Amino acid sequence: MDPTLSVDELNVRFAHRTGTLEAVAGASLRIEPKECVGVVGESGSGKTQLFLAAMGLLPGHAKVSGSIRFAGNEVLGAKAAVLNRVRGSKLTMIFQDPMTSLTPHLRVGTQLSEVLVCHAGLSWSEARAAAGRMLERVRIPDVRRRLQQYPYELSGGMRQRVMLAMSLLCKPELLIADEPTTALDVTVQAQIMELLRAARGETGMALVLISHDLGVIAGLADRILVMYAGRIVENAAVTELLRRPRHPYTAELLKCVPSLSGPLLARMPTLAGQPPQPGEALQACPFAPRCPRAADRCRVERPALAGAANASVACHFPLS
Amino acid sequence: MNAALLQVRNLRVEFGGQTAVRDVNFDLFSAETVGLVGESGAGKSTLARALLRLLRAAHGSVELSGVDLLKGPAQGVRAQRRNLQIVFQDPLASLNPRMRVGDAIGEPLLIFEPELSAAARRRKVAAILERVGLSADMASRYPHEFSGGQCQRIGIARAAVLRPKLLVCDEAVSSLDVSIQGQIINLLLDLQQEMGMAMLFISHNLAVVRHLSHRVLVMYLGRLVEVASSETLFAAPVHPYTRALLAAVPRIPPLAALPGRPPLAEGSLLAEGSPLAEESPLAGLMARGCAFRDRCPYALPLCASSDPPLLEIGAGRLVACHRSHETLNPLS
Repeated sequence: MDPTLSVDELNVRFAHRTGTLEAVAGASLRIEPKECVGVVGESGSGKTQLFLAAMGLLPGHAKVSGSIRFAGNEVLGAKAAVLNRVRGSKLTMIFQDPMTSLTPHLRVGTQLSEVLVCHAGLSWSEARAAAGRMLERVRIPDVRRRLQQYPYELSGGMRQRVMLAMSLLCKPELLIADEPTTALDVTVQAQIMELLRAARGETGMALVLISHDLGVIAGLADRILVMYAGRIVENAAVTELLRRPRHPYTAELLKCVPSLSGPLLARMPTLAGQPPQPGEALQACPFAPRCPRAADRCRVERPALAGAANASVACHFPLS
Repeated sequence: MNAALLQVRNLRVEFGGQTAVRDVNFDLFSAETVGLVGESGAGKSTLARALLRLLRAAHGSVELSGVDLLKGPAQGVRAQRRNLQIVFQDPLASLNPRMRVGDAIGEPLLIFEPELSAAARRRKVAAILERVGLSADMASRYPHEFSGGQCQRIGIARAAVLRPKLLVCDEAVSSLDVSIQGQIINLLLDLQQEMGMAMLFISHNLAVVRHLSHRVLVMYLGRLVEVASSETLFAAPVHPYTRALLAAVPRIPPLAALPGRPPLAEGSLLAEGSPLAEESPLAGLMARGCAFRDRCPYALPLCASSDPPLLEIGAGRLVACHRSHETLNPLS
């Protein structure tokens, strides 16, 4: 069986005033059916660009090379008409800001129904009924009234529920959730995560969960990819990654997450230095300038992501 | 204990008849860090802005070293502004894009210490830039040339250059990556120690608040529902809202709790039947009674008819709940 998504040697570059900006550099990954993969990394690490590429949604001026296959079919270079048959139905994505993801001048019911009219060939009245049922599944109360409302009339949490309902309408094989709860309160975040968990159980879809918050991902993902400066630097099962991180970046990142239990700290643990800025010249290992284990080799030879399919690390001197 | 630096009494803020902050009382002491937590819409930022008189309060008083900031014309309060500074969430949006960062940091000096010569002002700006971990030669650059973390350092430099008595941080680290967040928090802690300033630290990140704060105020729909030392609050929250809020935080399991293959992907982040499984109602809808009662699993008829007062149940420990004296079963 084909993996749901397979990415090989993907590069995404943009022209930048200081030269070329490498948003994604040589990323390869597989996502199997029904798998939940978490993607963590700081802002600018390329997590969103990688999955926008998988959706065929990169802007026209992006220079892309490599291969991305969804259910066996190449995404890169595919015509929009071909992509549109799967985008929004079998391959869906929800974003951080549900307000800008929804069309402001269309009623919620219209936006939801449109998906089924376009992709499933339903009539508007059938689509409307199905949309209402889906809103109930994402636990929106008073569905009849909500279908009549415009996005601005809903709270942030409600809007994200609507986005989630929309992304689930055609029973997707893969849902990509890009920081779905970053803009939301911790309580609403817990509600949305719970819905994602339930949706995964009901539909058997694969789920990609992009977040800079390891806590959010740890509760749901089977496997975690860690990105730094456009590269995938570690890939491991969630428990392995949390218990025995192998890349120094992963280890340092874990130390920085403040905890709700344990002793109170007088100072916060920190990661020295800054993440690379756009256009900044990178060393062979981009983490070398901030890495406690860096040696000369890290500055001249790029570490490749090596190891098994669910336990790999891109580091010359991984932790054991 | 010394007299409080800031005394907030019966502070009320209304927007078009809706009460956003309802009769809030608390004290803040010099060199103390107080965390303020709650969901969006709880009134945290509104409260902060009312303290600084960036918003008009409907009622109440805010005394800084004995001077009521809410009384009299705004002009009269201006002199006190040097003692009260604020750092906002979005570091880039809070800097004027057309102003060199040295000028932005120097402007408070220009206003409050006009006797300083231009050279002396430049020296102060250079010193504070270096103090916040930037270099003095960055004074001639514009905000867009800096990263988010650096912009927040600039925002802090601008707020700290007058050595305020109180620094309000309104979600000051919320938009920063976790690796940068720690650096900024440590900078704030260092500055606090050097200058002895008090901090009101507003954040929805409960874990950050826990490590940073001496005391924590929990706010729900415009009211304070629990006040306790950070240690006590996080170890043994009393108010049902505080308990539910803490239970909703996603956590990375401690390493000790990871033997072999624990059932991480099972179980629920938000237990079925958690009072927070539904959305928060809007502020102002409940004129009477406990604002949390509709979401509270322990609510009694009494909670609908009478407002629970914020009462002291232990040393420095205040709770606004009719059942705070009972031992309530843990939330499932």
